[in-house]
Amino acid sequence: METNNKGFIGRIRSLGWGFAAMLFIGGVLFWGAFNTAMEWTNREAFCISCHEMKDNVYQEYRNTIHASNRSGVRATCPDCHVPKEWGPKIIRKIQASNEVLHKILGTIDTPEKFNAKRLELAKHEWERMKKTDSRECRNCHNFDSFDYAEQGRRSSRMHQTGLNEGKTCIDCHKGIAHALPEVEQAIGAPKEGATPEEFHPTTPKPAEAGKDADKATKG
Amino acid sequence: MNKPTFKSTRLRAVALALTLSMGLAQTFLAPAAAVAATEAPVKLQSLRGAEIDASDPEGDGTRYGRDQAPLPRDFVQQPPLIPHTIKGYTVTKNFNKCLDCHAWSRAKESGATKISVTHFKTREGEELSSVSPRRYFCNQCHVPQSDAKPLVGNTFKPGTGMR
Repeated sequence: METNNKGFIGRIRSLGWGFAAMLFIGGVLFWGAFNTAMEWTNREAFCISCHEMKDNVYQEYRNTIHASNRSGVRATCPDCHVPKEWGPKIIRKIQASNEVLHKILGTIDTPEKFNAKRLELAKHEWERMKKTDSRECRNCHNFDSFDYAEQGRRSSRMHQTGLNEGKTCIDCHKGIAHALPEVEQAIGAPKEGATPEEFHPTTPKPAEAGKDADKATKG
Repeated sequence: MNKPTFKSTRLRAVALALTLSMGLAQTFLAPAAAVAATEAPVKLQSLRGAEIDASDPEGDGTRYGRDQAPLPRDFVQQPPLIPHTIKGYTVTKNFNKCLDCHAWSRAKESGATKISVTHFKTREGEELSSVSPRRYFCNQCHVPQSDAKPLVGNTFKPGTGMR
């Protein structure tokens, strides 16, 4: 009863300032350790420590512009696949526990199994990118800073029309870092792959990203 | 009578001797020539001067240029050249990057040249409703251009109707 009357500060005071300082330092240390551990999993070396990643998607990525280019600036696995902001990052990290489960189950532990799942996995990433208006692309690529005179004929025209129509990066830029799943292109026997609507969606990006769309239109 | 006969006989003998000696020479010398051939083989090289089992030499400046408008053709039935870079464009079992813009369903949006209707036929001439799978590998005929200097001379002139 007595302690209740003192309130929170009072209770801490009764325990002594030394204890409060210990709590604070403990909190800082805990946060530091937690963040360090989380960032430790946000490295290319960590991602390719699993052969599922190393033997499949990593090999496909190695020859792409994001892995090897004239200036050596790279976008590694977490740059595209893990959000930078703290909230979305924690959510993504919690979702990744499902990936740990499937690592243990061996769902994609051979190239054959991986390719059988490739369409589904690719669709998940397309959907994630679409929902956030390609947030992870835009961490580096800012439409407002596009110099259309420096871009090629095709890219300059397509970027301006696409952005004006409210499209987002992933609507066109699929399979830029990894091999694509089967895509229906009306040649030969029909494939059980991504349909034209899935591969080139015409729907505008979600309302959440409306602000950025306006900016892009003005720019 | 005798004289000419003798003469003709002598001539014949000479001819025979010559033939024999040539034949002998061939019999004995031919293997030697064959040995010589294995020792010093004819040097084979590609038109561009490289060993036949080596890659062709690369000229200076083999970078793709900036995107251009469609390039003119130099001879009848020439597969049109690719006036843009194709770096990183893949043609795999799953996906053909070229078709992603040049297919009829994509050409309007992308502004690319539509695939010719000649590509909608089977080898037997049967018309198809879509591009024939035998035309899947675009780069077998269509090639991009770089600013590389020619490695060998060329006197080719565009066909009269193409100038």
